[in-house]
Amino acid sequence: MIRVIIIDDEPLARSIIKEYLSEYPQVELIAECNDGFEGVKAIMQLQPDLVFLDIQMPKINGFEMLELVDPAPAVIFTTAFDEYAIKAFETHAIDYLLKPFSRERFKKALNKFLDQTNMQKQKEATTQLLNSANSSPSQTDRVVVKTAGKIKIIPFRDILYFEASDDYVKIHTREGAFLKNKTMGHFENTLPPTVFVRIHRSYIINVQEITRIDPYEKDNHLAILRSGQRVPVSKTGYPRLREVLGL
Amino acid sequence: MLLAASSLLVTIMLQFYIPEKNKYGYILAIVLTLSILWLFLSKYILSFLLGNIPGYISFLSDSIFIRAAIGFLIIGCMSLISVLWYTTQDQQEAENRKSEAQKLSKEAELFKLRQQLQPHFLFNSLNSINALIGTDPQQARTMIQQLSDFLRGTLKKDEQQWASLEEEFDHLQLYLEIEKLRFGNRLFTIIENNTQKLSYLPAMLLQPIVENAIKFGLYDTTDSVTITVNAFLEDDTLCIIISNPFDPQTSNFKGTGFGLHSIQRRLFLLFARQDLLQTSIDNNMFNTTIKIPQHDQGNNYR
Repeated sequence: MIRVIIIDDEPLARSIIKEYLSEYPQVELIAECNDGFEGVKAIMQLQPDLVFLDIQMPKINGFEMLELVDPAPAVIFTTAFDEYAIKAFETHAIDYLLKPFSRERFKKALNKFLDQTNMQKQKEATTQLLNSANSSPSQTDRVVVKTAGKIKIIPFRDILYFEASDDYVKIHTREGAFLKNKTMGHFENTLPPTVFVRIHRSYIINVQEITRIDPYEKDNHLAILRSGQRVPVSKTGYPRLREVLGL
Repeated sequence: MLLAASSLLVTIMLQFYIPEKNKYGYILAIVLTLSILWLFLSKYILSFLLGNIPGYISFLSDSIFIRAAIGFLIIGCMSLISVLWYTTQDQQEAENRKSEAQKLSKEAELFKLRQQLQPHFLFNSLNSINALIGTDPQQARTMIQQLSDFLRGTLKKDEQQWASLEEEFDHLQLYLEIEKLRFGNRLFTIIENNTQKLSYLPAMLLQPIVENAIKFGLYDTTDSVTITVNAFLEDDTLCIIISNPFDPQTSNFKGTGFGLHSIQRRLFLLFARQDLLQTSIDNNMFNTTIKIPQHDQGNNYR
């Protein structure tokens, strides 16, 4: 039995997938979700084999939702995005369905999944998709994290600095620190470079939060934030910081 | 050598100053002055350097006319070439600017067209219809009718034109009905027309505001949502208030907020006033107020 979840904020969009799925006796629909929050919960609890996922949804989009589940499920995207926008992740997803899609097109996508005997490989493809920088077209001004079972949306403006922490990145905000399963390189590449600067191998700082830069030991500096926190600036990071600040 | 320097000088001068038509006399004067200058300078330097060679001085004074003619010709030629060169360059630049401007306006037009058609809304609506065909063909038919009427209305409306409040509200209703079908029981609308007499407003002005309200009120929330539109007359001004709930945590907005700048711009172009679009926030409700002066309607309406 193949266990499937549909995540879409439009009931009619879910019902067409349901209708198309009814042809397949070997597929069991185990949950329908209205938004990304429900989606995260359902995927974590039910561990589905396949997820039909809409991209534009309230609060958190499909990509942001996928970032919050571990391990990532196999995904077929359903979206009204135009073909150009979707090209970016074409190579990684099992398939994507452009709304409205026909029964034939749906069959093709599902068969692509069914033919793949190695499901593990498909799940890895989803992880890979998420790791490719800029894969998410609408996620431009916020980071979504999970903390104590709850989902938190952090707008960029609330972020003080990022700190490398083993396999995670610690996001420091005024309300405390949150962990995100990403690399420093990912953030360095996706954050707006005029606001966030990699000042150290282990730190990316929001320059709008800096009140002072003090010299510290030889060749190094310390950035003092408005919150009073101190963040080290390395020898290579200092010129980058100066450039962004226009010094 | 001095001749070369003079030629260079004239080229440089012309780089900064291209005479208008019929003012080539200036160039002639410059060329003449430079030639004379060159003549005297060269004579002075040559006499100074080679004055001890017998007969050279007399050779210099004998050949003065020939040398003057040669110098004048060379400098003149040089300036002619420079003038031609710089004029063509100027023309080229003007051409480039022109095509750039054309390209920009084309892109803007295309963008507007794309916005008007709202591909996201259109494709999602078609997807809903696709679903309804299987489960509720009657409803599918209704939705196709509404979508067609809405699209026809959108295409028909010219932004320069004025429309009656009733027309605009009808158009809005079509749009909102489609959204209600898409989002099931999550969207509620209250549309009130409290104007006692016929009022007019620029066509397609309300539409983007309500789209904004939908975008932040409906697309970005998971609960059910009520969007209200209330129109009334205050003295000789038509006031329309559009209210939508929003989530301050996920909605990121600045200034007048929610991308209403183009509407503000349009109102400014029509009435030369900046105070006709106002926004306010209370209790997680976002309110947009637009005011349309009703005097002078006779001149503006169609």
